[in-house]
Amino acid sequence: MYSQGLIGADDSTHEDEEFLARFQARIDAEEKIEPNDAMPQGYRKTLVRQIAQHAHSEIVGMLPEGNWVTRAPTLKRKAALIAKIQDEGGHGLYLYSAVETLGVSREQVTQELLSGKAKYSSIFNYPAITWADIGAIGWLVDGAAIMNQIPLCRCSYGPYARAMVRVCKEESFHQRQGYEILMMLCAGSDEQKAMAQDALNRWWWPSLMMFGPHDSESTHGSQSEKWKIKRISNDDLRRKFVTATVPQAEFLGLEVPDPELKWNEKTESYDIGPIDWDEFWSVVKGNGVMNKERLEARNKAWDEGAWVREAANAFALKSQEREQLEAAQ
Amino acid sequence: MSNNETLTQLWEVFIRPSNGLAHKHAGSIHSADSEMAVQAARDVYTRRGEGTSLWVVPSSAIVASDPRDKEELFDPADDKIYRHPSFYNIPDEVGHM
Ligand SMILES: [Fe+2]
Ligand SMILES: [Fe+2]
Repeated sequence: MYSQGLIGADDSTHEDEEFLARFQARIDAEEKIEPNDAMPQGYRKTLVRQIAQHAHSEIVGMLPEGNWVTRAPTLKRKAALIAKIQDEGGHGLYLYSAVETLGVSREQVTQELLSGKAKYSSIFNYPAITWADIGAIGWLVDGAAIMNQIPLCRCSYGPYARAMVRVCKEESFHQRQGYEILMMLCAGSDEQKAMAQDALNRWWWPSLMMFGPHDSESTHGSQSEKWKIKRISNDDLRRKFVTATVPQAEFLGLEVPDPELKWNEKTESYDIGPIDWDEFWSVVKGNGVMNKERLEARNKAWDEGAWVREAANAFALKSQEREQLEAAQ
Repeated sequence: MSNNETLTQLWEVFIRPSNGLAHKHAGSIHSADSEMAVQAARDVYTRRGEGTSLWVVPSSAIVASDPRDKEELFDPADDKIYRHPSFYNIPDEVGHM
């Protein structure tokens, strides 16, 4: 059930071979797993970690864009940006409610974000320093997120898959508004076009890193694929993204910052140059430009909202007591 | 979060996409009371004309069947094929029935 009754409940399972085989058979038969179903602890743990990380990414992802709300160049751009940011907040909430179906409270996973224990997508530890960055974020970062999220709509865990369907429906606007921003800049002055190129230069590689380590290095890959949580490998998704995105860059008249980028006739996709994994791991470990600031911003928001949560709960309690008193009279 | 912070109550959200259709479960929401639950559900689940009516129900008020009882509850229907129209042989001459 979607219930706090489940939070902290005894979900222990006796995981003998027969139990695991029966579970795998359900997965193989493309049956969806629902909240109260018996599931291996490993499956539950993987999902809690992944969905919470995904939720945190949506929430932290509001910060680089929030930085530009007051400076958006027109009212139309400002309205679109606010609507996009609101969507990302919504995505975070859909995902937190999916994680709660696994018996973990939103307060608990939030606490893990605030303490720095939980991870979120490293891409949001890069700064959005020009208006063109807002275009590049929508085009590339949301574009990469869409690539990742579409196969998750068929993930074996029902509530996660359903949340992803809602999310995917909303993402397309995010990518298009970003691309449109860059189209405008590329049709503008030399300076504006240079600004767009600069944004592509800075966001290209981090966007490719969003798909995670190479399949040969990935620690969670194979078991997640067996459980049909992950349905397409990191490298395959990355290749699909590059192949979809390069022609879009060409249309803008921008140059993808990869001298080794080459069309591969055989695979009918682009081969790319080496990714700087040292940079990736350094940002994951907390050394990105914005890691500290992002966590501080989330903690500040949580702390400064405490009185609101307390007041709302106190008011609800008081109203309840009043109702009970009136009923008793 | 301090440890003595109360968990905000959880609500299940149901949306009627348009008149003539039933309310359908959309997800859940945190809120201290029912009034704010409706507002939060509106903001989170209906930003693009997804609905014309909302229900919010405290999650704790929902009684669910236990998945372990699935067979006991639902399998008996499987062998009652006489509950289906195709169980009965009516000659074609009778026409559509
Ligand atoms: Fe999102
Ligand atoms: Fe998005």
